[in-house]
Amino acid sequence: MEILIPLLIVFPFVAAAVLSLLRHAKAREIVMYAASVIVMLLAGSLLVLWLQNGAVSVSFYVETELVDGAMLVVELFLMVLVTVLCARRHRYLIALLSIAQTCLLAWLDLWGPAVKENAHIRVDGLSLLLCLIVAVIGGLICLYAVGYMRGYHHHHKDVQDRRSFFFAMLFVFLGAMFGLVLSESLMWMDFFWEVTSICSFLLIGYTRTEEAVHNSFRALWMNLLGGLGFAVGIAYSSAVLHTVSLSEVVSLGAAIPVALLAFAALTKSAQMPFSSWLLGAMVAPTPTSALLHSATMVKAGVYMLLRLSPALCGSLTGQMVALIGGFTFFAASLLAISQSDGKKVLAYSTVSNLGLITACAGVGMHETVWAGIFLLIFHAASKSMLFQDVGAVENALGSRDIEDMQALMLRLPKLASIMVIGIAGMFLAPFGMLISKWAALKAFVDADNVVLVLLLAFGSASTMFYWTKWLGRILSISRVRLAHDVTKPNEWVSLYIHAVLMVLLCATFPLLSTWVVEPMLTGMFGESVQVLTSDNMVLMIVMLCFIFLLPACVYLFTRNLRHTYVISYMGGANAGDNNHFIDALGEKKNLQISNWYMTGYFGEKKLLLPCTILSTAVLTVMMCMILVGGVLV
Amino acid sequence: MNTTRLLCCLGYILLAPFIGGLLDGIDRKLSARMQGRTGPSILQPFYDIIKLFHKQIFLVNHSQFFLVGSYLVFVIFSGALMFAGYDLLMSFFALTTAAMFLVLASCSTHSPFSAMASQRELLQMMSYEPMVLLACVGFYLATGSFQVSDIIQSNLSPIVFLPGFFIGFVYILTIKMRKSPFDISTAHHAHQEMVRGVTTEMVGSLYAITQIAEWYENVMLLGIVALFFINGNPISWPLAILGVLFVYFLETLIDNTTARLKWSKVLSSAWLVTLLFGGLNLLVLDLMIKYR
Repeated sequence: MEILIPLLIVFPFVAAAVLSLLRHAKAREIVMYAASVIVMLLAGSLLVLWLQNGAVSVSFYVETELVDGAMLVVELFLMVLVTVLCARRHRYLIALLSIAQTCLLAWLDLWGPAVKENAHIRVDGLSLLLCLIVAVIGGLICLYAVGYMRGYHHHHKDVQDRRSFFFAMLFVFLGAMFGLVLSESLMWMDFFWEVTSICSFLLIGYTRTEEAVHNSFRALWMNLLGGLGFAVGIAYSSAVLHTVSLSEVVSLGAAIPVALLAFAALTKSAQMPFSSWLLGAMVAPTPTSALLHSATMVKAGVYMLLRLSPALCGSLTGQMVALIGGFTFFAASLLAISQSDGKKVLAYSTVSNLGLITACAGVGMHETVWAGIFLLIFHAASKSMLFQDVGAVENALGSRDIEDMQALMLRLPKLASIMVIGIAGMFLAPFGMLISKWAALKAFVDADNVVLVLLLAFGSASTMFYWTKWLGRILSISRVRLAHDVTKPNEWVSLYIHAVLMVLLCATFPLLSTWVVEPMLTGMFGESVQVLTSDNMVLMIVMLCFIFLLPACVYLFTRNLRHTYVISYMGGANAGDNNHFIDALGEKKNLQISNWYMTGYFGEKKLLLPCTILSTAVLTVMMCMILVGGVLV
Repeated sequence: MNTTRLLCCLGYILLAPFIGGLLDGIDRKLSARMQGRTGPSILQPFYDIIKLFHKQIFLVNHSQFFLVGSYLVFVIFSGALMFAGYDLLMSFFALTTAAMFLVLASCSTHSPFSAMASQRELLQMMSYEPMVLLACVGFYLATGSFQVSDIIQSNLSPIVFLPGFFIGFVYILTIKMRKSPFDISTAHHAHQEMVRGVTTEMVGSLYAITQIAEWYENVMLLGIVALFFINGNPISWPLAILGVLFVYFLETLIDNTTARLKWSKVLSSAWLVTLLFGGLNLLVLDLMIKYR
């Protein structure tokens, strides 16, 4: 394992370097394929090795001076890079954020207070799970990106083709994610944390349009602000607690560093009031959205929170995190109702689901963390699938507006089926997300958190609204212009594997609970609790069987039934094809049917500002309380 | 234990449509009397259903079969779960899935009336969902379990702890049962601007299936109402039945004395009632448990 771990982290960087130098399209694609597969294999073999070693938490690398020095150099380089880029666009304040945290960390590294020796890398269930998510889902997204970007530049001639850079960034990002989730040392974690921030900044700005640049800088300042919190947290814990080891900070449970780390995590996982960067990130090409903003990077934030959860349980910081998370879940699900842009709905739903995971981590009890980890797994798989699917639909239809997906089941049946699986997985009984929601609700009640119970109850009602109306649009059947499916084979590979993965996850979730999530929690909390009763497991499986068997049964029953097809009812004015009606002057008019968006009630204009103000106020007040309280104690 | 579960479950599956149909007949009769008419026989709903099954099948598209069929199966499943004494929350999740199939069945037809009504139906779902979830939470706090088999064994009737939840639940029951003033997506009375709402494109046996599903659903919902009254003492059972009948009468009365609201009012009033009655009751109950 000592060799495999550095290999896993460094290999993507090497692949990135190779990719950035390659100018030949064919060669670049081959490298992409090979590198994605190797990354998956490396993560897989790490898992196998870890299982062979008894599946316990193991830590490595106490002496790492050389690597520390190298990281410092890279960090300084990144600071200069950010400063130059910011200066070029006259955004000096953002540069200041970067300079402040880098200088702080550099000082800590070189002349800071002495800290206890500690391991720099730790492998346990949770970090390996994240590794697998990053490797498998990230790897698939890279496969998908090859085909997608070819189509993208075919359609968008105005965008300069910087694919080498784009692909390289994807791999840099993967490497940074591996580093982040495997790090035990906060210093290392912060380094990778910053790399992911800057990666996402560069990827969002890929098209270099005015909007993209603007949004990328917003993502940058929000993430750097969190990074600054991270750095100050490290400084505090090394000065006062004399440790920079994450697990020690958690077990000591000191309020201030935990609060600062949680703050950083909130920015990274795009919780209110910081959710606008994730929405803005949707200007980037789809693989970016899928990789960074749904499947992996935002998961770094909730990963951190789940790690911190034993320290959050019952503390004021925990209450802050839970409140912000619960509120984000509710607010984002309302905002999603008013969106008709497919990617934007996905973005809001991401924010919303991350809010739920955040709330689970904030409550920090055994059951909530169980629910949080499950949400994380299912969300990663289904959201990345949905993003890629919407991207493929956009390439075929030239639009990703949900209103344009009318009768998608007839026009692009394969893509539509995958979309249905993804959407059903997001909110329907008996699929994965719902069981987590069930567990979360029960745990919130047990934790006496009335506010969270209310937020969850209202939030899941609005979640159902926006998903079902999307589903209704896809399944709505009318005579429409057929679309030409331009999805490339490599995109299909990724989509199919995702779909199979999703169905498998749903079908095997009891096993997943007993074999994967429960042991993980036993490691974190020291005791084992059966969250899911066997009754409920059986019920879910029965429902799952229904869902899959029903269509077949109905088909068999109704196959020989005599029936007549009729046109739909339009008060006698149907022109005969269900798509047109005869108006009062006897003319044929096109029938337009659209979903409700209720922008007057749930629109961004109406809700976004009050939500941002409210959450900022809550965050500021509670942070002040925690910090002042921590200093006084 | 398991045999009782099985018997209750079977009892529900076999008897619910008859009870639901009978209640529907009573509702029609009562409504007629309230409006000064004689009204049909209380067995009329059954005659209607039989007639519907003998009609020709007209389809707008083939997926209607599957979607309407799924609606029925999931309604029965969720009711069976509840009557067999399983997890209340789980059975409501299944009921949501069922309701969603009805919306999809309506969406799939691409008809202006059912399309408009399916959005309204979704809005109705969004209006009542929070209260449904909260009611489950209320039962959990009052009796310490989500399992129906445990809830009916409690010492005191849950309604003692859950008066606010009860009011809230009866309020959203009006939406669930498609009674005026909340019958915005489809109504039992001749509907003007929406024709027949979500069921506009369902005719013959297809429509009969939605009707039967609705009966199953009503029996299940009234079962929840009964759950508010039932405790370990057998005397509570007749009381529960009286309570259910009273609530049902109340719904009929509300239906006949109110005029349809705008959709925005449905949403805002339902959420307000949920927050006020459900939320406050939840808060009080939580504090009670904390300081007991």
